[in-house]
Amino acid sequence: MEAAASGGCGSGPPLLLSEGEQQCYSELFARCAGAAGGGPGSGPPEAARAAPGASTAASGPVADLFRASQLPAETLHQITELCGAKRVGYFGPTQFYVALKLIAAAQSGLPVRIESIKCELPLPRFMMSKTDAEIRFGNMAELHGTKVQIPYLITEKNTFKRMDDEDKQQETQSPTMSPLASPPSSPPHYQRVPLSHGYSKLRKSTEQMHPAPYEARQPLVQPEGPSLGGPGAKPLRHQASLIRSFSVERELQDNNSSYPDEPWRITEEQREYYVNQFRSLQPDPSSFISGSVAKNFFTKSKLSIPELSYIWELSDADCDGALSLPEFCAAFHLIVARKNGYPLPEGLPPTLQPEYLQAAFPKPKWECALFDSYSESVPANQQPRDLNRMEKLSIKDMADFPVPTQDVTGDDKQALKSATDEALPKDMSEDSATPKDSNSLKARPRSRSYSSTSIEEAMKRGEDPPTPPPRPQKTHSRASSLDLNKVFQPSVPASKSGLLPPPPALPPRPCPSQSEQASEAELHPQLNRAPSQAAESSPAKKDIPYSQPPSKPIRRKFRPENQATESQEPTTAVGGPASVATVKPHPTVQKQSSKQKKAIQTAIRKNKEANAVLARLNSELQQQLKEVHQERIALENQLEQLRPVTVL
Amino acid sequence: MGWILVTSATVILFLQNYPLYIRSVPTENELKFHYMVHTSLDVVDEKISAMGKALVDQRELYLGLLYPTEDYKVYGYVTNSKVKFVMVVDSSNTALRDNEIRSMFRKLHNSYTDVMCNPFYNPGDRIQSRAFDGMVTSMMIQVC
Repeated sequence: MEAAASGGCGSGPPLLLSEGEQQCYSELFARCAGAAGGGPGSGPPEAARAAPGASTAASGPVADLFRASQLPAETLHQITELCGAKRVGYFGPTQFYVALKLIAAAQSGLPVRIESIKCELPLPRFMMSKTDAEIRFGNMAELHGTKVQIPYLITEKNTFKRMDDEDKQQETQSPTMSPLASPPSSPPHYQRVPLSHGYSKLRKSTEQMHPAPYEARQPLVQPEGPSLGGPGAKPLRHQASLIRSFSVERELQDNNSSYPDEPWRITEEQREYYVNQFRSLQPDPSSFISGSVAKNFFTKSKLSIPELSYIWELSDADCDGALSLPEFCAAFHLIVARKNGYPLPEGLPPTLQPEYLQAAFPKPKWECALFDSYSESVPANQQPRDLNRMEKLSIKDMADFPVPTQDVTGDDKQALKSATDEALPKDMSEDSATPKDSNSLKARPRSRSYSSTSIEEAMKRGEDPPTPPPRPQKTHSRASSLDLNKVFQPSVPASKSGLLPPPPALPPRPCPSQSEQASEAELHPQLNRAPSQAAESSPAKKDIPYSQPPSKPIRRKFRPENQATESQEPTTAVGGPASVATVKPHPTVQKQSSKQKKAIQTAIRKNKEANAVLARLNSELQQQLKEVHQERIALENQLEQLRPVTVL
Repeated sequence: MGWILVTSATVILFLQNYPLYIRSVPTENELKFHYMVHTSLDVVDEKISAMGKALVDQRELYLGLLYPTEDYKVYGYVTNSKVKFVMVVDSSNTALRDNEIRSMFRKLHNSYTDVMCNPFYNPGDRIQSRAFDGMVTSMMIQVC
């Protein structure tokens, strides 16, 4: 049915359902179709066993289901209209699936449009109605005994409500747990048990579930399709599919299902969930969530303040008062685990360390469109390897990415600032600067940055604070001096080596960029194809912002060298110059002897330019440092003034 | 203006003469330590007003402040935000050098800054950070 629904959505737009979505939707559809006949109370068991090929789902259960999604009535009307049910007069599989997708979109905050369902969406979330709880409870009674141990995460307020009403143990098994779709091996058993428990409780205690406190985001409705087993499982499946749960539940399941991972390991779905939540708080995944924003968010989890404070302590590894994405994931994960009853660890588990999280999970989502090609070429497993290169390229990357995002504007100050701000915040945080300062500093470059978190991660991992020293490395790696070396190696290595040391970290940046300016346009397309041009591109980019007039022909000559050293960070903007350079070297190599002198002179010129750029950079950095100091002093004064007010 | 009192020890961290954090290694006579700390608060206030522009400075309270028989040394430290750390050390230990005291205060200050970074911590609350506790414990073990 799923295939038919997804493949043959005649009346609606083509539906692309993921496997999890297919399972969930088919269950929901079966449920609604089956429940049509017997009413909500007795419906579910029959619905579970009802043939998924039911042609239509009755409007009654469907309406109940939609209401359970906690969306406003107007939105539901829109969804109903869009999915075509009104048009055809009934909820066929196509319409139903489209409606479910729209519900998921609406719950994710997207507008209710047909286009919304074309993108990847989480599963829609529905609050289980109490009637279902009865059925489930009866069936799952025997299962409860076996799986009671697993506390489930309940993040919704209703969970707490139930907690208040019912005994704690039951509450831990609250129904919000729904098995995650992806791990088919996740044992359904204990999932079922808590679900039924929760449902029964729900039935008793609350008339209607409250929307999840976490802003009804990213509900993870986990269809239990693959892992269902036993008669009791089926009703649970329906429940599960309708119950939102934190992805930590899956993790709990993992634990109980004798997964090798410990409870502190974040699964992929959980991570997606956390990332989405992060995005909801902070659009830029490479930026930070400020302390107050995070505090408000985590306070919704209803954990006690001391516990939240302790979780923050564990997860904020660099104690900067802000949460980066891996820190946020770790904190979220700890909260989820805590709510499921796991005692908080004494120290941050190794699987929740920011470095581990950054390395363990690829971050394709974090890459902006600009860097898609690059990001894809750097899967997670390559990231550690790339780190080495990143270290060399870090500075360059910093310049590269801001520049491309800025579209190679002549705003050298900004590029410089972004690069320097990258370094500054880390330095500040290390110096235990006031949290606000570091946050603001971090926020500045982050917000401006290049959505390429890979750089940030590399920076964090590799060189936790990106102090100026890395820059020199970067420049050397792709520096014109290296280029010279390669170019002139066959002929005059000695002369080139003399040129190598002088260029400081930055110079290569400014120098090459300028030469690129003219040839950028034509070089762009070519560069994109050449991944090794990254090195070249970065210097080129930097040069452009600095708007220094380099010598273009010489620049091209140096391009090829960078190919060898640099790895794969082709930036679209930077690509241009580099590509052309690559093409040129071949003919030029033949004339090396004649061009060596020119190259030397060019190098000298470039070095002078680089020196000028560096001097300017230095003055700018000094200025920034002063400003930061002033900010810090001002903040401390404010804090002083505020303190008496709060205490007394 | 918090106080931290560390003896050999008792640590008391005070905020505006309200204790933010108290820790003693020998748990007996804790009240006596508290009393000493309170009296030393006045001394610290004096020094603060006298210092003027030099706000952050590690000071030593009078070694002779306490009863001679007790033979305690009380050290004080004030941060930019007027948080006072008071450390009471038993002189029966081999007298700690000034550098050690300074380094201890520096560690206290760093840990306190980390505590402040936690958004769930409201200035004025008792400090319940486990990291802070751990740091203080390790410090006091070192001293004793």
